[in-house]
Amino acid sequence: MTALTDLTIAGMKAGLAARDFSAVELADAHLAAMEAARGLNAFIVETPDIARAQAAVADAALARGDARPLAGIPLGIKDLFCTEGVQTTAGSKILQGFIPQYESTVSGKLLADGAVMLGKLNMDEFAMGSSNETSAYGRVISPWKAGDSNRELVPGGSSGGSASAVAARIAAGATGTDTGGSIRQPAAFVGISGIKPTYGRCSRWGVVAFASSLDQAGPMARSVADCALMLTSMCGYDAKDSTSLNVPVPDFAAGLTGDMRGRRIGIPREYRLDGMDPGIIALWEQGIAWMKDAGAEIVEVSLPHTKYALPAYYIIAPAEASSNLARYDGVRYGLRVTPPGGNLADMYAATRAAGFGAEVKRRIMIGTYVLSAGFYDAYYTQAQKVRTLIARDFERAWEQCDLLLTPTAPSAAFAFGDKADPLEMYLNDVFTVPSSLAGLPAMSVPAGLSADGLPLGLQIIGRPLDEAGVLDAGLAIERAAGFTARPGR
Amino acid sequence: MKPWTVKGATGDWEIVVGLEVHAQVTAQSKLFSGAATTFGAEPNSQVSLVDAAMPGMLPVLNGECVRQAVRTGLALGAQINKWSRFDRKNYFYADLPQGYQISQLYHPIVGEGALAIETEDGAKSVVGIERIHLEQDAGKLVHDLHPNQSYVDLNRSGCALMEIVSKPDIRSPAEAGAYVAALRQLLRYVGSCDGNMDEGSMRADVNVSVRRPGEPFGTRTETKNVNSVRFIMQTVEVEARRQVGVIEGGGSIVQETRLFDPGSGTTRSMRSKEDAHDYRYFPDPDLLPVEFDDAFVGDCLASLPELPVAKRARYESALGLSPYLAAVLTAEKDTAAWYEALLEATGKPEAEIALRAANWVSSDLFGALKRLGLDITASPVSPAAGAELLALQADGTLSGPLAKQVFEIMLETGEAPAAIVEARGLKQVTDTGAIDAAIAAIIAANADKVAQYKGGKEALFGFFVGQTMKAMGGKANPAAVNERLKAALA
Amino acid sequence: MSVDEPTVRKIARLARIGIADDDVAPLAGELSAILGWIEQLGEVDTAGVAPMTAVIPNHLAWRVDQVTDGDVQGKVLANAPDATSGFFAVPKVIE
Repeated sequence: MTALTDLTIAGMKAGLAARDFSAVELADAHLAAMEAARGLNAFIVETPDIARAQAAVADAALARGDARPLAGIPLGIKDLFCTEGVQTTAGSKILQGFIPQYESTVSGKLLADGAVMLGKLNMDEFAMGSSNETSAYGRVISPWKAGDSNRELVPGGSSGGSASAVAARIAAGATGTDTGGSIRQPAAFVGISGIKPTYGRCSRWGVVAFASSLDQAGPMARSVADCALMLTSMCGYDAKDSTSLNVPVPDFAAGLTGDMRGRRIGIPREYRLDGMDPGIIALWEQGIAWMKDAGAEIVEVSLPHTKYALPAYYIIAPAEASSNLARYDGVRYGLRVTPPGGNLADMYAATRAAGFGAEVKRRIMIGTYVLSAGFYDAYYTQAQKVRTLIARDFERAWEQCDLLLTPTAPSAAFAFGDKADPLEMYLNDVFTVPSSLAGLPAMSVPAGLSADGLPLGLQIIGRPLDEAGVLDAGLAIERAAGFTARPGR
Repeated sequence: MKPWTVKGATGDWEIVVGLEVHAQVTAQSKLFSGAATTFGAEPNSQVSLVDAAMPGMLPVLNGECVRQAVRTGLALGAQINKWSRFDRKNYFYADLPQGYQISQLYHPIVGEGALAIETEDGAKSVVGIERIHLEQDAGKLVHDLHPNQSYVDLNRSGCALMEIVSKPDIRSPAEAGAYVAALRQLLRYVGSCDGNMDEGSMRADVNVSVRRPGEPFGTRTETKNVNSVRFIMQTVEVEARRQVGVIEGGGSIVQETRLFDPGSGTTRSMRSKEDAHDYRYFPDPDLLPVEFDDAFVGDCLASLPELPVAKRARYESALGLSPYLAAVLTAEKDTAAWYEALLEATGKPEAEIALRAANWVSSDLFGALKRLGLDITASPVSPAAGAELLALQADGTLSGPLAKQVFEIMLETGEAPAAIVEARGLKQVTDTGAIDAAIAAIIAANADKVAQYKGGKEALFGFFVGQTMKAMGGKANPAAVNERLKAALA
Repeated sequence: MSVDEPTVRKIARLARIGIADDDVAPLAGELSAILGWIEQLGEVDTAGVAPMTAVIPNHLAWRVDQVTDGDVQGKVLANAPDATSGFFAVPKVIE
């Protein structure tokens, strides 16, 4: 029999429904896996007692026959989601010991649908990072190794704990958040699926803010169907989030067909970068071929402002972050450092100096600079205009195609310390950032392995609110790729 | 009119004043959260997790605050912006939990308007309104409970404020006072702010500069959070004099934030605001633009009451009141409402009863309320009862003095005037027979005085009136007493 | 754009982040590199282009004016580093 931790969410649902195993057994299997894989440092807080209690509740519901869609499914929750009574730090020292008195809308919806919380997943500090090296709680390690090398690899970021935990079969699925690629890039790095829905689909209420106009929650799991199941639970209008979209949420899992016949798949020519890794190009070509085989029509399209997406992102996101992170001042919660005899301003400076890591400080500084007097129009206003142009590029593309197919990241996972230069790290988000700026649904699906055996992902981008189309294309790739590689540890 | 000037050692200085009035919007809940706004609650009890800026909390706009800002703008004849948006003003302070204030810099909800003012000496002018924007109030710091700590209370944090920015059109302390008084009156009429300056629901930042007549504006200072009309006038005056002193002493004015100290009647630089400010405004990404249509504006307009300037003009032209009475009765919306209810309760044509009613309200009623320390809304006498009293006087049932007597009883007991008259027999006596009898007795008992009167000491007439009224228990019709006495003593 | 050391100090002060003297020069270098790269945005012709306001067309919903929240002093103060008599306490502020 397949190990319980190897099952997909769909498989777990079937097994639970047939009473092949109980939710408590399922939780215990994952808790054991969590303990065994502590070396990955995927969790900041483990919540075995909560998990078992929730599993028992799920078992009771299953016995009564009124189980909710995710009853008994063991999930990890990214530490950016505030969880009532459970420490939430956003990977930052400045929130060490912070116990929210409230549950984020998205994690609350998953729990209300019967999910079991295994713990809080490690992440880049305040979701700022692409490698999980910026967490104040230690880096998360990918369960994958390259070829015969013994070097430890990054799981990607910022949802690195989510990626590692799901890939290593510690959790059936996990919540992620994506601001510029933080679901898709780590999903690609560890060989799992992840979808960032349309901006406004998932409530941001109770999710620690990084860049408000970009942040979106989404699921990460080992199959496209599992992502669809989780996404259905996570989405929905929330009157507590003014940017939430008041539109109906389809049952994404029920509607999933993988049928590509008659769909037009756009291939944006600007995503073919100079000096691009041939392995990535080959994978992309393979994806195009799969799409054709599945009955889709391939269209070359142009997104002329692609090149400016990253610099625009690195103005808008740090600007919003510099303001969003001003509340961490040591007055009402979290870390407080008061130098002897210090006044209020000294307390602020010392608290924030001690509480924030280098990357967060760097971004706050950039954001503060671009918003400061005399620079606002040249940087921020210009970036928001460029953002309009980037969104317009996509709108024009939708006149020619229904979905876009691109690589998720320009490379496979790299080793710790390989990208010490912040700029080089930022460039890793080159394919994921444009769709974030345009608020579009986008997902990464594992599609193959690099020359040294590391997972590579393909990205599908859809029209606003067309998560269903994105998931269908994801399923088509999943079927064609037959990705079965597993990490070594 | 001769401009108000500061007489310096080197000559006259004109002043230029602009006011930024912060008016707390009348609403049950805060601008972006569902927490209550009432004054004087336990510390941090009227605070939601949004107001405390907990991680992941988000603002949701209170529609009533939008409506009240639009109504206020309409009352000031101002441009209403059907598309506005909120910006973040970023700075750190212990009373500002988010580390930014949600405000409106680039696209305020209300644009230019104007307010007519009149100083106490009757000089009239118009002060331009630059803009009105909605913003969050900050919390409160308490400094006197601990020797080396300040305490933070966030109850006020997030309450909706309208910042009403005047143009620099004000030229004297008296105009500054008149502007704030007129604005307060207007806001109370509109119902968008209770105007309670004692409770901080209306306060002003006072911008003052001085210049030689005819020269360009000088450097201004901003004195923060001045919370009474008198203090605002005082701030303008002392700050202007201070600036003249500095300049004439060879110094120059620094653009800075100052604080008014009512105790010493001076202003001083605020140490906590010494940092050069760079607020890094940008549109709040947690909120979308505020948009509404003409129908919404139309509903806001239709909901406005008759405003003080129009009401006052109508009282003068249609009701025939003196400018003074019209001003007194329209000063507060509640007073005007009481007065109008009184007119209506009389059932008489307004023009016929208006003046008498106005005199009675402004003297008898106001006097009584002042004595009792009551607001007109808490008056123990209702407009209907007042109308009844006026009617009893008009039909001769009560004389002036009797009416006052009945009014006192009304205030004490709350009984209706007719019932009081009936039960206590306070009806005025016009029966000349009874009056004549009383007069005859008095003449008989005071033969010496009668002789003196007839001998030319006419001042004694008052004595006979008094004696007669006394004998009649105060109920005799004074005109009849006069007439009968004159006849009897002739 | 080259960011000099006084600018780094000014920005850090605005952001209320204490920085050690030794960190100023490296930060100036990093920020200069990042801002230099960002400046390519200036190449884009954005004449007549409106800055983005809502990434997905949406309309701001207004709340009804009702008291639905607050009265949770315990929750508000639960994580306070220093709370006394219902207040948050901070080092003395002189206004």
